[in-house]
Amino acid sequence: MGMNNKIRIATTSLAGCFGCHMSFLDIDERILQLAELVEFDRSPLTDIEHCTNCDIGLIEGGVCNSENVHVLREFRKNCKILVAVGACAINGGLPAMRNFITLEDCLNEAYLSGIGVENAHIPNDPELPLLLDKVRPLHEVVKIDFYLPGCPPSADVFWKFLTDIIEGREPFLPYELIHYD
Amino acid sequence: MSKSITIDGQSIPFIDGQTIMEAATAAGIYIPHLCHHPEYTPHGSCKLCNVKVNGRVCSACTFPAMEDQEVLSNTAELINDRQKITQMLFVEGNHFCPSCEKSGNCQLQAVAYHLNMLDNYFPLFYPTRKVDASHAEILIDHNRCIFCTLCVRASQEADNKDIFAISGRGINKHLIINSTSGLLRETDIDIKDQAAHICPTGAILIKYTAYQVPIGERTYDHTEIDQVSLNLEKHGHE
Ligand code: SF4
Ligand code: SF4
Repeated sequence: MGMNNKIRIATTSLAGCFGCHMSFLDIDERILQLAELVEFDRSPLTDIEHCTNCDIGLIEGGVCNSENVHVLREFRKNCKILVAVGACAINGGLPAMRNFITLEDCLNEAYLSGIGVENAHIPNDPELPLLLDKVRPLHEVVKIDFYLPGCPPSADVFWKFLTDIIEGREPFLPYELIHYD
Repeated sequence: MSKSITIDGQSIPFIDGQTIMEAATAAGIYIPHLCHHPEYTPHGSCKLCNVKVNGRVCSACTFPAMEDQEVLSNTAELINDRQKITQMLFVEGNHFCPSCEKSGNCQLQAVAYHLNMLDNYFPLFYPTRKVDASHAEILIDHNRCIFCTLCVRASQEADNKDIFAISGRGINKHLIINSTSGLLRETDIDIKDQAAHICPTGAILIKYTAYQVPIGERTYDHTEIDQVSLNLEKHGHE
């Protein structure tokens, strides 16, 4: 818990599209209720760059590059309950559809030989994180404590999970809230 | 006096020759299954219908009902086994539901929902499999095949053809198509064949029908597979 006994939540998007974050914001005016009970740590919703001790870490997207691995480990180290949010975090999702093509072919198509490519060259700035040969789901890299399926999970899924935690219940998703699409 | 067995303590009648699955279904008890279909010879391969019969694990779809059987189905242990089996079916193929036309009408997905499966548990295998779009009206996406053999049985038993088979073992197991090129285009499959419609997953799809019913309004979006399955049994299959 943070100061004021508020539940502290960190969120991030790894190899995701921010759709899960957008869906989270679809809780609409319930966000006011939430703001009284929780505070945000590292998240695109704040400007905090690194995780401190948190109760919940919500991670959207799978792991596609070296930076994703570092961020995921930072979250695991700092979050009591680490949650894989959305299809990509759970099984790699759409980005993992590149897993059937070699990395070399992917880069060639995107930066060298693809239609409409200008100034063909594969980006090689040392600041760019290295790509992994395959996109991986989170549970293959760190221990995950709970999963919110969906592409994206609906606002009600986020709400059910968070209110269960806030009210001290074991989180549970009823049938209507389980969707993989 | 009719003969009876018990399932989870509830006494249900059976007639000689019925499997445990058939007796259960007739009594309105759902036992999860994917490779079983009441109209075709049972195959007993998906193992979702594992039940304990007098202490021993058996497939309900192939095991005959017999006097004095105590069958356990909805125990924590068996439910957990079923969830693990379903997770294995997911990681062994490529199931990207958000991009699958079958999503919401898929029995594999529906069983997973029914079992409250939120994750895959196992490492993902990401096998490289092909899509056969050669036929004008029917698409085969091998990424989603779970080797249930329903298309094989439907083609032989209902259509009097022999279009599909399962070949290879273990990780090399795959669906094959009975034509010289191995492509569906060169078979005599017809869009009216049972085999074209029987697939419980999105591995065999009818082209140009994908989004006639929108996501969110499909069979399992609001009704659990136990209800759908028992209703079908009562009111007949299409
Ligand atoms: S076949 Fe079923 S489980 Fe597989 S991707 Fe399609 S909807 Fe999902
Ligand atoms: S294509 Fe469909 S019906 Fe045929 S074996 Fe595969 S999953 Fe079963």
